[in-house]
Amino acid sequence: MNLFLDTLFNGLAIGSVLVLAALGLAVVFGLMGVINMAHGELMMLGAYTTFVVQNLLKTGPLEGLFPIYILISIPLAFLVSGLAGLLLEATVIRRLYGRPLETLLATWGVSLILQQFVRSVSTAFALGLLLSVALGLFVHRFLPSHWWQQRWAPLLNFVNWLLASAIGIGLAASLGSVRVLDQAWFSARNIDVTAPQWLRGSIDIGSVNMPVARLFIIGLTIIALVSVNWFLQKSVWGIRIRAVTQNRSMSNCLGIPTETVDALTFLVGSGLAGVAGVAVTLLGSVGPNLGGNYIVDCFMVVVLGGVGKLLGTVLAALGIGVLSYVLGSGSLLLVWPTMPAALNELITFFATTSMAKVLVFALIVVFLQFRPAGLFPPRGRMVEV
Amino acid sequence: MASVRSNKLFVRALGGTTALITSLSVVSCSGEKKAEGGFDGEVKVGILHSRSGTMAISENTVAEAELMAIDEINAKGGVVIDGKKLKIVPVEEDGASDWPTFAEKSKKLIDQDKVAVVFGGWTSASRKAMLPVYEAKDHFLFYPIQYEGQECSKNIFYSGATPNQQAEPAVDWLLKNKGKDFFLVGSDYVYPRTANTIMKEQLKAKGGKLVGEDYLPLGNTEVAPIIAKIKQALPKGGVIVNTLNGDSNVAFFKQMKAAGITPANGYSIMSFSIAEEEIAAIGPEYLEGTFAAWNYFQSLDTPASKKFTADFKAKYGDKRVTNDPAEAAYMMVYLWAAAAEKAKSVDDNKVREALVGVSFNAPEGKVTVQPNHHVEKLVLIGEVQKDGMFKILENQGFKKPVAWNQYVPETKGFTCDWTQKRPDAGKYKM
Repeated sequence: MNLFLDTLFNGLAIGSVLVLAALGLAVVFGLMGVINMAHGELMMLGAYTTFVVQNLLKTGPLEGLFPIYILISIPLAFLVSGLAGLLLEATVIRRLYGRPLETLLATWGVSLILQQFVRSVSTAFALGLLLSVALGLFVHRFLPSHWWQQRWAPLLNFVNWLLASAIGIGLAASLGSVRVLDQAWFSARNIDVTAPQWLRGSIDIGSVNMPVARLFIIGLTIIALVSVNWFLQKSVWGIRIRAVTQNRSMSNCLGIPTETVDALTFLVGSGLAGVAGVAVTLLGSVGPNLGGNYIVDCFMVVVLGGVGKLLGTVLAALGIGVLSYVLGSGSLLLVWPTMPAALNELITFFATTSMAKVLVFALIVVFLQFRPAGLFPPRGRMVEV
Repeated sequence: MASVRSNKLFVRALGGTTALITSLSVVSCSGEKKAEGGFDGEVKVGILHSRSGTMAISENTVAEAELMAIDEINAKGGVVIDGKKLKIVPVEEDGASDWPTFAEKSKKLIDQDKVAVVFGGWTSASRKAMLPVYEAKDHFLFYPIQYEGQECSKNIFYSGATPNQQAEPAVDWLLKNKGKDFFLVGSDYVYPRTANTIMKEQLKAKGGKLVGEDYLPLGNTEVAPIIAKIKQALPKGGVIVNTLNGDSNVAFFKQMKAAGITPANGYSIMSFSIAEEEIAAIGPEYLEGTFAAWNYFQSLDTPASKKFTADFKAKYGDKRVTNDPAEAAYMMVYLWAAAAEKAKSVDDNKVREALVGVSFNAPEGKVTVQPNHHVEKLVLIGEVQKDGMFKILENQGFKKPVAWNQYVPETKGFTCDWTQKRPDAGKYKM
């Protein structure tokens, strides 16, 4: 019984991290069919938001709020990652709908850019970037409008951006000689997010020892799930999102602004990634590479769960959580101590975290051989879409 | 611009006049000038560390320590060969935490830049990637990190510890002072796997007991199964030896603390990859009371050690810390320069031969290069304090390096001695 509870709790703990990390992807990949390789980096932005909030509240007038900085970070991280996602949608993904391969490559490139961005961003860098974008976007407003109807308008546009970039780089370089402005905000080093005191210990419920941070993540996951479900099922925009998912052209005909719906879906999915980013700061280190550690697991969960089904995502994540815990911790040996020696050796061999991961992957591959569309395959007319 | 130039002209003119008038002032003036820029030539050396990617956090410090040693040697007049002062010019390359890149950049440093020597590498994987390059080109690499041993290349000098200078004394110390039940945790790659193989043999030989082991893929942060295993295997406390590398350590210690596996509850945790730099990154509150074995700690109380730390802080900022890899990196530049002066040449073959027996008063004490291309090192056991520094619990004195491990059956009885003129000098039966 004891062992059962232990397994259940730890499986739930591992699974809830996966649910939270994959939830945003389930929305973006599941509902929009966009393969967003930058999902992990959106999580990373959420984690860095937590770091910034923590440092802002550490000292200064708002010091009293420090113990609950993690709660304050959650909506802010949602906002930061959501806006980053919105920008990503408007600049890259919108142009690539219906071309999954190109989307995959483009978002992967974006993920690299985001990683390098947090490594090298400094005040000088940020000001330079801001100036470039501002010039690039606004200069043409001041040029005679008939210039933009000429045949050489694309060339003009190109030159405009080229000059804007050059000026931005120039500004960054000249500001870079000032030591204060040149200091990288985060640098390539990992940053330290320290959990507030009340999230550090553990409590014993019955005979099971539960770290508070894990309970917090489980709670956060449940809240996120309930709200996403409510949003998609009950709210007006949620219903529109589902309508567009089911039949885009019909929705369009009925007056649903599909482009706004796309942007909104992406914002929600990206924002959820930010919330997951806040949660994972409680477990591990925060650095530019954080996203890469989660992205594969996220896709695994969504594919196994069946694209487009939140319930599938949840069950898949919990299943993977329990399975990797049972295999990795070698609990099977405790349940059945008298098993044949050969089987015992086999289980011992797989009872390390890295081998368990191999085995879980292998099992998923086998499972997908029999059910290629995952646990909950889309049915009926949706398949054709 | 113009004013700078006229200033220079003015200085030159002034120097010329003084030279004509008094000879005494010329001597002092030209003496000063030589220390600044009056070299008779240059010698290029390669610096090859990850300045980007996941290893950058650790390798930056190492590269900085090497550059500091080069600056110091240059400030004293560079490498003096036959009375000629050669300025050391570092050529920096970025290994980018990518092992094939290390091999590629090594080729570039040797073939294009024609460097006299390369200082570089951190992970064993990067060294294993570079080794064939240096052996094929018969060139010359200095590697500054403690590693798993079981290697002895003619073309590599290792200024970090072999297992018998770090892991083995640490295990002996744990057996004597902390208990017999061991749980081994490591990242899943060559160093932890090999180090744990050695430790398992050692435990067998010394009466310890292995109660479990686990490996985490590099970068993985989910350690719940490991914690459960530790709780099953060591319900009442025991010894945990940690060879995790990089980011995983943060997850490991954060979650261990939350689960109550702490020194206060009877667990003795010994880490082999956590030095002062990593403590600062993980947070001392998670590590306080755990142990580490190294050959140098910033808290080592000797004049040489204090000077090294003070110089490093003066150069790179007051918040920075020194650690074992930085010290080993700093020392190897000096060892190379001393060997070049001894060989009266910067030619890689001659310097390599001259290196065996060369000594340097390093921050950890006087170190001497041994015939197996490793260095005799000071063995220290430390405990992490609140301020992120180590309290030195035991100083076991200097230990000679053993390249081929004597606990592992496959290499037992083998040794390495590059002063022997035999074809199998890298590995032969004693």
